[in-house]
Amino acid sequence: MTTLTTPSADNSLLKEVLPDRKIGRVERILGPENYRIVKGLLKTPASILGFILIGIFVLIAIFAPLIAPPVGNDPYKIPRDGFGGEPKPMGTEWKKNVPDIPFWYKAVTGKDEWVHLLGTAQGQYDIFYGIIWGTRTAFKTGFIVVVATFLIGVIIGSISAYYGGIVDNILMRIVDIFMTIPFIMMALIMAAVLTPMIGRSLIPATLALITFGWMGYSRVIRADILSVKQRDFVLAARVAGVKDGRILFKHIIPNAIFPTLVLASLGIGDVVLSFAALSFLGIGTEIGYADWGQVLSFARNWITSLGDYWYIVVWPGLTLMFFVMGWNLVGDAMRDVLDPRMRGKS
Amino acid sequence: MVEQLLNVQNLETHFKTPEGIVHAVNGVSFTLTEGETLGVVGESGCGKSVTMLSCLRLIACPPGKIVAGEAIFRGKDLLKMSSEEIRHVRGGQISMVFQDPMTSLNPVMTIGKQLAEPLMLHLNMTSEQARNRSIELLSLVGIPNAADRLKDYPHQYSGGMRQRVMIAMALSCNPQILIADEPTTALDVTIQAQIVDLVKRLRDELGMAIIWITHDLGVVASIAHRVMVMYGGYIIEEAEVKELYANPRHPYTLGLLGSLPQIHEQAHTKLFSIEGMPPVLYQKPTACPFAPRCTWVTEKCWKENPLLEPVAPGHRVACWVDTKSGSKR
Repeated sequence: MTTLTTPSADNSLLKEVLPDRKIGRVERILGPENYRIVKGLLKTPASILGFILIGIFVLIAIFAPLIAPPVGNDPYKIPRDGFGGEPKPMGTEWKKNVPDIPFWYKAVTGKDEWVHLLGTAQGQYDIFYGIIWGTRTAFKTGFIVVVATFLIGVIIGSISAYYGGIVDNILMRIVDIFMTIPFIMMALIMAAVLTPMIGRSLIPATLALITFGWMGYSRVIRADILSVKQRDFVLAARVAGVKDGRILFKHIIPNAIFPTLVLASLGIGDVVLSFAALSFLGIGTEIGYADWGQVLSFARNWITSLGDYWYIVVWPGLTLMFFVMGWNLVGDAMRDVLDPRMRGKS
Repeated sequence: MVEQLLNVQNLETHFKTPEGIVHAVNGVSFTLTEGETLGVVGESGCGKSVTMLSCLRLIACPPGKIVAGEAIFRGKDLLKMSSEEIRHVRGGQISMVFQDPMTSLNPVMTIGKQLAEPLMLHLNMTSEQARNRSIELLSLVGIPNAADRLKDYPHQYSGGMRQRVMIAMALSCNPQILIADEPTTALDVTIQAQIVDLVKRLRDELGMAIIWITHDLGVVASIAHRVMVMYGGYIIEEAEVKELYANPRHPYTLGLLGSLPQIHEQAHTKLFSIEGMPPVLYQKPTACPFAPRCTWVTEKCWKENPLLEPVAPGHRVACWVDTKSGSKR
């Protein structure tokens, strides 16, 4: 039996019985809410795999000149070993336009001369070069398109939701119209119009993807703003006499943007996939530009005898698959962490 | 003669709904003098909040619409002001505290930024001045370590502390009127008492007028000078607080007071309640809106809606029956 003591109102005594939760340095720097998000993102094996995949692609994009030293003036041009039509298998010796030997080459392959590591495609384009430099193209198009569509979507969705009424009606009907237009057909038409004006480049396909890619974002942010608008703190801000624009940008949008951000992170994979599809159809970059869809499109004529030429489809195909998978896994993890309804379930 | 701060006359607010036009506020008139605390009581859906929101033109439009009336605040009609003028009144001269402190603060903004917002807006303070004033305000409403807690987000505060922050925010620009819309309803009883005491103390220190909307007759008795009872969008009784508790006249007020638990009451007796629900008025009533639930109802109640008439000095009632003597008017 312990002796009774008079209450001292000294909470420090409690610490002996109930030690404080340890707060690590990372948590202190990030703040509790951000720390929870980061921790959640790095918790499941799937999201870690996603981050690893994306990390690898980022490294490839950054170190492309070291992995595959550029040949000629334009590094984005895939080097050609001659002009023959038939693809050559992996390990074929490289005869013309041979690039410099990078430092890792001998250690990894054990050879002194460049060979076509992943074979060549129709026209003797080196597939390895197409994949390495194509990573940069993928990131570039992915980010440009996602950022542009995100901005357009958020602006249109916010205006629509905030003003409501007839403005909302008109803007949302425009969204509906854009959604009914068949995307591939319009992209082909746009490319057909734009290519004679500005030549073959990334621009026509990028523009087509931007023009037909923003509707999803505007719908999602509109829905979220409509619900945030009803919350008490918005009324409280109005009672405090805060200006309309400030209420929209400081109080409403920061509370409504997360689902749209998740959608955008998922969107990068989709955009790269659609871009590859357009490239495969022949819209997009000039022939020989390092781009995964372009490399895949070289396989078009040989698709009937893939038993012999499997490497022209498999390597760019796998690359594309891993890239899209990485973004999707990360996007899923983000949704799980940021969606308050999923909180505490995993 | 004390100066009249707010004079609301014949305020009428309608809401358009798919079922028809709802008459939420029907010709409400009241005045508020400087430094006075006015309690507004009634059931949910009696038009208490809508009346106050209408005065500040905060009714969502559509579906809401202020169809008639005026609200003179210091010689100017709030209902006819330009949107820029009314924006300066809101927060600057008339401010408001809401029922639910858990949802009244922006979850992604720090307390410090939210407190600084009205200060920088209405008093043109620099962010440094606003920060210092925010620390003062938080200490004023009794939050310890104010300087440190400015960096915190609302979710790091408890419900009572958030309501204190809301009060600090509402008082930040030294308003002449504080409208408190059921500020204690969402809090537990001990915190309620603390908040009521806090508001009383601040009222004595700062001298603003208060409109205190509530269901809780106990709170009204402890804080208000004058009480207004609302039912169906009408004021049905209005009196000094002591007069109202001593001589309630309207059957509805009698019912409200009768449904309070009494400390001397025998255990296991059922608590009195008024049968039924307050009406939703789709047209201007031609009968007394309380008639269906009234135990004193007479034939006249179904034919004509009574007007607010004085029965004693400073005591006005809208009823056809004199519940004191039982005689008809």
